[in-house]
Amino acid sequence: MRSVDVLVIGAGPAGLAAAHAARRAGARVVLLDASAVVGGQFWRHPPAGSSAADSLALQHKWDGFTALRAALTEDPGCEVVTGAQVWAVDRRDAGPPVVHALVGPADGGDRRRRVFEPRALVLATGAHERTLPFPGWDLPGVCTAGAAQAMAKGEGVAVGRRVLVAGTGPFLLPVAAGLIHVGATVAGVVEASSRRRIARGWLPRPHRMRPKDLLAKSAELGGYVRTLAAHRVPYRTGAAVVAAHGEDRVTAVTVARITEDWTPVPGTGRRVEVDAVCVGHGFVPRTELAISAGCALAADGSVRVDDGQRTSVPGVYAAGEITGIGGADLALAEGAAAGRAAAGAAGQTAVGGAVSTAEVARHRAFAARMHRAHGIRPGWTSWVGDSTVVCRCEEVTAGQVRAALAETGTCGLRSLKLSSRVGLGMCQGRTCGRNVEDLLPGPLLDAGRMANRPIAVPVRLGEIATTPTE
Amino acid sequence: MRSSDVVIVGAGIVGAAVARRLVLGGFRVTVLDRGASAGGTSSSGEGNILVSDKGPGAELDLAVLSGRRWTELAAGLRAELGSGFPDLEFEAKGGLVVATTAAGADALLAFASTQRGAGVDARPVTAAEAAELEPDLTPQVAAAVLYPGDAQVQPAVATEALLASARRHGAQVRQGVTVRGGIVSKGRLVGVDTSAGPVHAEHTVVAAGPWSAEVAASLGVRLPVLPRRGTVLVTARMPRRIRHKVYDADYVGAVESAAAALQTSSVVESTAAGTVLIGSSRERRGFDGRIEAAVVGELAGKAMLLFPFLAGVPVMRAYGGFRPYVPDHLPVIGPDPRLPGLWHATGHEGAGIGLAPGTADLIGALMAGEEPEIPAAPYAVTRPSLKEETTG
Repeated sequence: MRSVDVLVIGAGPAGLAAAHAARRAGARVVLLDASAVVGGQFWRHPPAGSSAADSLALQHKWDGFTALRAALTEDPGCEVVTGAQVWAVDRRDAGPPVVHALVGPADGGDRRRRVFEPRALVLATGAHERTLPFPGWDLPGVCTAGAAQAMAKGEGVAVGRRVLVAGTGPFLLPVAAGLIHVGATVAGVVEASSRRRIARGWLPRPHRMRPKDLLAKSAELGGYVRTLAAHRVPYRTGAAVVAAHGEDRVTAVTVARITEDWTPVPGTGRRVEVDAVCVGHGFVPRTELAISAGCALAADGSVRVDDGQRTSVPGVYAAGEITGIGGADLALAEGAAAGRAAAGAAGQTAVGGAVSTAEVARHRAFAARMHRAHGIRPGWTSWVGDSTVVCRCEEVTAGQVRAALAETGTCGLRSLKLSSRVGLGMCQGRTCGRNVEDLLPGPLLDAGRMANRPIAVPVRLGEIATTPTE
Repeated sequence: MRSSDVVIVGAGIVGAAVARRLVLGGFRVTVLDRGASAGGTSSSGEGNILVSDKGPGAELDLAVLSGRRWTELAAGLRAELGSGFPDLEFEAKGGLVVATTAAGADALLAFASTQRGAGVDARPVTAAEAAELEPDLTPQVAAAVLYPGDAQVQPAVATEALLASARRHGAQVRQGVTVRGGIVSKGRLVGVDTSAGPVHAEHTVVAAGPWSAEVAASLGVRLPVLPRRGTVLVTARMPRRIRHKVYDADYVGAVESAAAALQTSSVVESTAAGTVLIGSSRERRGFDGRIEAAVVGELAGKAMLLFPFLAGVPVMRAYGGFRPYVPDHLPVIGPDPRLPGLWHATGHEGAGIGLAPGTADLIGALMAGEEPEIPAAPYAVTRPSLKEETTG
C-alpha cells in the first residue's frame, strides 16, 4: 500500500492538467494511465521510436501537451505510471477510496500489482464512444469513429480505402480529416442533425460566446472543413447510415434522409459503396470507478461535481468528460481546478491563479450548445429491426431483448440482462447499455444499472488472487 | 383498491413460487415488489439447488422435497411457457465436494456419512475418479464426494418463469409498489397499505428476502432476518471445462457458521452461457453493498486451489447481494400467530432458489388447511430457537 498526496487516474487533458496543478500547489502526485503513453484519446500518438507515420498534423494544442508532459515527466515530485489499469477501487467510510492497479502490458503474464491510498483522488477517466446500432453494424469494416481516429493518430493506418464517416457531432470532422491524412478516400460525412437544428443549437445569443473562443473553435472546425472541401468530400446533414451491407465485410451502406427526431424518411435510401464505415454518436462518461468510489451521478449519467470539481465523496474530485461531455478545453480547465482543489484537500496551500470557475462555466456553456445541436434523438430506434444485433459481445438482437421483456414482464434491467444476456459480455454493456434502455418501451425501475462495474476492466484471476489465509 | 385472497410481498424466487402454488390452488393472488421482479437476492446468486451442503434435519428435508419439485417444475414450466420463454438452464449436473487436506477429508467423509443416513445420495469417490469427473481439478485431492442430487438453474429466469406462470393463471404482479404498513381490523391483518394505495387480502405473505424484517416491522411484528452479504465472480466465456458444481469442503462449514466476519470458500461451476461462476463469500455487514478487492482476491485464490487453470482466465464481472439470514439457519415458513392473517416465507439464506418450491408447497398446504408433505413445525416463527428474537 502506498500513500500519496494526490492520485490522478487518467492522463488525458483533464488528468494532465490536474496533475500539473496539484504539483504547482506542492502536492506529491502519482498519475496513472492505462495506455503506453500519456495524452489520452485527444492527444493519442505513437509511442516513441515507433515506425508509424508522423501524425502531428492531426494534433491540436500539441505544444500545450508537450509542455504539460515535460513538466510532469521531468518532475521528481510526480510519478507518471503508464500501462496502469485500475481494476478496482475500494470505498472507505471516510475519505477517498483505496485504488488497485495492475501495471504492465495487458497481454503480458506479469503485471505488477500496485495499491494506492491517496489523500485526495482525481478521477479523469474520460469517456467511451456511443454508437447507435443499425442493421449490419456488426459486420467487419464497421468501426467506431474513435477507433478510426485512434488508428490514424496512433498507428498512421487507415481503417479502409474508401470510408464513410457517419453519426453526429463535430468529432466526425477530425475523424474524416484524419482518414484523409493517412491516405483513405472519404466517401462522405453524414451528420444526423439537420442544418436547422445545428444552427438553432449553436447560434442563439452568439454574443455570449467570447470572440476568442468563437474564433478558436471556428478556426479548428474551419480547418477540417477546408480539408474536406479540398478533397471534395460531401458533407450531408439530416441523414444517417441506416444499414450496412456485405457478406464477410461491409461493401456498401444505405444512407437515408431522417426527420428532426431521426426517423428515417421512407424512400430516401441511397446505396454508397465503401469498404469501411466509421460511426460515432457522441460519448458516454466512463464512470465505473466513480460509481465504485460512491460518487453520486447526475441524471444524464455523468459524475456530479460542484464548482470546485468536488464529487459527493470527500476527497474525491472529477474532471473532464466524466463530468459531462465537453471537449478538451473544458477538460483542461476542469482538470486544473480539480488538481488545485485536490492538493488543498491533501494539505497543501493552493498557489497560483484563482480557481478558474468562470473559465469552466464558459466552456460548459459551449458544450451545452453542442448538445443542443447534436444530441441523440429518439427516432433512431425505428431504424433498428428485430434482427438487428444490439449487444455484439453476446450477439443479442433487438427482437430478443424485446421478446424477453414481453415474456417476463419485468420492469428491471437486471432481470432483463439475465434473461436475454444483453450487456453480459466482455464490454459489460459499455457499448449497448444506453442503447438497450432507449429501445425498451417503458421506463425501467433500475435504469442506468449497467454502468455499475465493480471490476472495472477484465483481469486474470491469477493477477488479483490472494493466498488463502487459514 | 383491489381485493385478493392473498397478497405476497416480494417478487423474488420465493414470492414467485408461492404465488404460483397458491394461484394453482384456487386463491386469488397479488404479488407486490417495491422494485423490479427478480431484482434482489434472486438475481444475485448462482442458482443453487443443493443437498450437498445440508446435514440431516429440517433444512435437508425441505431441500429433498424441493429438489424433487424442481425437476418437475423445470419440465412443467418449459412446456407451459413454450420455447419463446428464456431458457431456465436447469441442469441436474451434480455436485462434487473436494477436500484438499487430511483434516478436511475426515470431516467431509463423516458429514457425507450422516447425510447418507438421512437418505441423501452422497458417494465418496477416489482421487482418480474425481479426476475423471473433473479433468482440470487440482491433483491435491484428499477426499471427494459426489452428490448427484445437486442441480443448477438460472435464478432470474426461474423467478420470471414462476411469475409468468402465476400470471397466466390469474395472479397479478405489481412492480414498483412499496408496502408502507398493514391494514388491521379486529386484531387481524386484512391487507397492506402501499405507495399505490391499499391492497386488501385475507392473507399477507412476507417473502421479501433480506428485507423481510423491515416489511414485518412495518406490519408491527419482529422478524429476525438479517442480510448476509455475498460476492460472486464471473469469468469470460470459454469452452466448458468444469462439469459439476465443485466446492471445497470448507463450504459446508461456512454455510453453517454464524460468524459476522468475512468467510470465503470455493464454489466453482460453469454456466450454460460458457462463463464460470466463482463464489462464495459470507459476511454480515448490514446492507453495505460495496464489492472489495480483498474479497475478490480471496475468492480468486481459493478457486485456483481447486482449478489451477483458472489463474489465466479473465474475470470480467463481480456482483454482490444479500442473503436473508436467520440466526438458527432455518427459513421461517408459515402463519404468524402473533398477527392473524400474516404469513412468512423467508429467511432461506443462500438456499432460497433451491428451497422455493418446497416452501411454496408448505404454504399452499397450510393455507388450504391440508397436511403438508413434510412437517411444518420446524419452520414456524414460534419455534423455540427464535424465541429471543421474536418476542418483546
